[in-house]
Amino acid sequence: MANKILVVDDEPNIVLSLEFLMKQAGFQVRTAADGEAALAAIAAEAPDLILLDVMMPRKNGYEVCQAVRANPDWKAVRIIMLTAKGREVEREKGLALGADDYITKPFSTQEVVERVRELLAEAD
Amino acid sequence: MMNYDVILVGGALAYLGVLFGIAYYGDQRADAGRSIIANPYIYTLSLAIYCTAWTFFGSVGLAATTGVYFLAVYLGPTLMAMLFWFVLRRIVRITKVHRITSIADFIASRYGKSGLLAGLVTVVAVIGILPYISIQLKAIAISFNLLRHYPEVRMAAASAQQPVWADTTFYVALVLIVFAILFGTRHIDNTERHEGMVAAVAFESLFKLVASVMVGIAVTFMIFGGPGELFQQAAADPELAALLHFEVVPGGYGGWLSLLFLSMMAFMFLPRQFQVMVVENVNEAHIRKAIWLFPLYLFLINLFVLPVALGGRLIFSDSDVDADMFVLALPMIEQMPTLAMLAFLGGFSAATSMILFETITLSTMVCNDLVMPLLLRAKSRWLAGRADLSGLLLGIRRAGIVVIILLGYLYFRFIGETYALVASGLISFAAAAQFAPPILIGLYWKRANRRGALIGLSGGFLIWLYTLLLPAMARSGWIDISFVEMGPWGIEWLKPYALFGLEDMNIYMHSVFWSMLANVGGLVFGSILNRPDPLEQVQGSQFVNVMERERHDGDSLLWRGVVETSQLYDLLARFLGPQRASEVFDRYGQEHGGYPLQADPRLIHHTERLLAGAIGAASARVMISSIMMGEVLSIEEVMTILDESSQVIEYSRRLEQKSRELEAASAGLREANDRLRQLDRLKDEFISTVTHELRTPLTSIRAFSEILLANPDMDVEQRSKFLGIIVKESERLTRLINQVLDMAKIDSGRIDWRIETIDLRALIQDAINATSQLFCDKAVALHEDLGERPATIVGDRDRLIQVIINLLSNAVKFCPDQGGEVTIQLRPLANHWRVAVIDNGPGIAHDQHKLIFEKFHQVVDTHSGKPQGTGLGLPISQKIIEHHEGRIWVESALGQGATFLVELPGK
Repeated sequence: MANKILVVDDEPNIVLSLEFLMKQAGFQVRTAADGEAALAAIAAEAPDLILLDVMMPRKNGYEVCQAVRANPDWKAVRIIMLTAKGREVEREKGLALGADDYITKPFSTQEVVERVRELLAEAD
Repeated sequence: MMNYDVILVGGALAYLGVLFGIAYYGDQRADAGRSIIANPYIYTLSLAIYCTAWTFFGSVGLAATTGVYFLAVYLGPTLMAMLFWFVLRRIVRITKVHRITSIADFIASRYGKSGLLAGLVTVVAVIGILPYISIQLKAIAISFNLLRHYPEVRMAAASAQQPVWADTTFYVALVLIVFAILFGTRHIDNTERHEGMVAAVAFESLFKLVASVMVGIAVTFMIFGGPGELFQQAAADPELAALLHFEVVPGGYGGWLSLLFLSMMAFMFLPRQFQVMVVENVNEAHIRKAIWLFPLYLFLINLFVLPVALGGRLIFSDSDVDADMFVLALPMIEQMPTLAMLAFLGGFSAATSMILFETITLSTMVCNDLVMPLLLRAKSRWLAGRADLSGLLLGIRRAGIVVIILLGYLYFRFIGETYALVASGLISFAAAAQFAPPILIGLYWKRANRRGALIGLSGGFLIWLYTLLLPAMARSGWIDISFVEMGPWGIEWLKPYALFGLEDMNIYMHSVFWSMLANVGGLVFGSILNRPDPLEQVQGSQFVNVMERERHDGDSLLWRGVVETSQLYDLLARFLGPQRASEVFDRYGQEHGGYPLQADPRLIHHTERLLAGAIGAASARVMISSIMMGEVLSIEEVMTILDESSQVIEYSRRLEQKSRELEAASAGLREANDRLRQLDRLKDEFISTVTHELRTPLTSIRAFSEILLANPDMDVEQRSKFLGIIVKESERLTRLINQVLDMAKIDSGRIDWRIETIDLRALIQDAINATSQLFCDKAVALHEDLGERPATIVGDRDRLIQVIINLLSNAVKFCPDQGGEVTIQLRPLANHWRVAVIDNGPGIAHDQHKLIFEKFHQVVDTHSGKPQGTGLGLPISQKIIEHHEGRIWVESALGQGATFLVELPGK
């Protein structure tokens, strides 16, 4: 059974590239363009892992992360934060809010895929 | 004849008895806390102590020879009354605040509590007032001697030809001495106020007014057939007719003016006037009523002066009756004994009120400002040993009364008798006027200081002495008359009536001119050339600023020493008596919740002010400082201490200022730091935002490049789609980098503006052409409304095109996908051109109208939820337009499209 990945970003091109990469890696992929759409998608069907952008309209990545972590049903959901703001504090904040990993844009495609695989392997 | 003597003496004594009764009752009521003088009518009547025997008898005398000239003496006070609210109220306020007891005290307090100045004022007052006292004695004696021969109207022989013991005037003086002592020195008060006396004075004012009006009515309507007949008869006599014109006034307008000036000043600054007007004032509000009531009194008492004078001239045309006695002689010759008695008592009343009040006032000044300071200096150890000094104070005052009245008698006997009443009175007026400069200038000019006041006052006094008193003595034969006629030692320009060759002037005007010149000049230049000491500065600013501050404890700051409360009590008890002192302390204790063992500055100051009430400010200061230091100090030593303590104050004041400055500086530093930190934060945010904006397209470019590289066998369609994305994102990145650079350039001012004359209309056309592809792509309709005429402006063509393109592309961006419409307008205004870009997009909420011009603030597209563009377009446009001294703004509401407006100044 293929792992389910949710890609959340407000940049359509970035969503497109991540969707391509994840599908190529054999995952089942859904996408969302903002925080609220992301939460709706999670509520519809909890994914195994979320690739979550920080700077988004209508609930940013931190808020989504917090909401997911607040719900015990979604304890198993892994979260990788993606952000173009490269400051260390941002990374710390993301991890403190319960993200499992943190990737800075622009990212290496190979690295994203590897990190996703690693996290999902840990979970099993 | 013996009969009349008894009636007259009995009447006069009975009258004095009534007065004494009123005074006693007034004091009783005051002690019981139910003052009978606390109303504006009594206050106004007490001011009428101004009207003495001079007014009662002398005005008629003067009017009989010089017509309306006498009026100036009453117009002066009337004018002064108009200034009451500004001048008198200020003086009264100061007097209350500083517990001032006399005019000498006032001047001394103003100039740093100077004992020397207080003494000088006292000397000037005593010497200056003697002629004035003498005319009162003279008036009583002459009227008495005239009336005792009733019904025969015969002027008595001059007193100087009789021995002293046969001189009526001498006995009058003795009686008045007794009454003055009875009235004025029954006890020492801590405020030096005499409610009973004031009540008696008010009664006398009423009495003399009634007497004067009754005589006037009798003369006008009973002796003559009314004013019409009287004036008709007078007009028939050419000599009398002349009295009704101004031409007869001696010295012409100059004479009028000098008399007006003298009476204005005397009204305020004669010691007794100052006493009733200022010291005895119980409520500032009374002044308001006196402003119109007092002139009314003057009007009434002068109403019949001219009729009586004319009547006297008509009836006594060929007799030797002194015109000064017309008021009495007219009822006598017409056989009206009751009216004659009333006239006598009226004049007696006017004269006694002046003498009693003036001598009591002067004796207090002599005691507080002359004798006590001298005793304190010379015999301080002897004084320090005495337990209760209140008896000593009373003794000094009584002696003062005796000496002053006797001196007045001597002046009358040796000098004054040859003068008319008014002439002697004016000499005193001129002396009182010397107090005007130090008081009036001291009220408004802070710089005026002790040295200046001393120089001015002594200068003015000496000139008064030389130009009025010495000539009077010469005319009476006590100095060789050649002194007046040829000048001393025959020196022409020293002639006392024509000093420095100033001839042909009324003698009073002459004296006023020179003495005021010396007085004011001395005060002004003395003050400018000398630095005031700290106490003078303190007092000066307290006096000048008295109306601005409600309460002040400035004085107490100057007491830095240590003194026990019991010592203060002992001191007060010595001057006020133990009973009064304990009353005072108990009251202080009640008001302030007990008193401390070691007196605080406030209690010391309180005691000082109480003492000042009894012995004057200067002496009180010395007494307090003596117990504070444990030994008696000289005034100079006290001054030195004050000097030092004020230096300490000055030093600590400077320290305080320094620390305030430091505080201000560090506050400034803190603020600057805050601002820097804020800027830092903003810059940090800017960089972070720019970084984010740059990384976003870069992310796509890198991701798709890597995908393409890793998947060489990707199908063509997908490959070209990904390549298309890479190209688009690269363009976005380029645009962004350009805009960031633009922004940085504009912000730092390093941009090169190429300013030239351009046609805004053609420029808009170019911008439309450059964006036509955008309109086509999104199928947005563009309406042009640019007018026909070129729109000439001055500016940078490329930058302005950038602005218009930005607005047009924004408009297209936010237009709906279907049926998008954009209108661009160009309109001339008065001095401007206005460009409007109107779209039919979603509109912008009101709270966003300012924000959208901030860097990286982006409007969220409600369709895609994704902000479009870099967030720098509008901020850059705004900078460009502002550089052209125009403005750019948006008008819009949600759901109604947006209109972006640009205004640029026309050429």
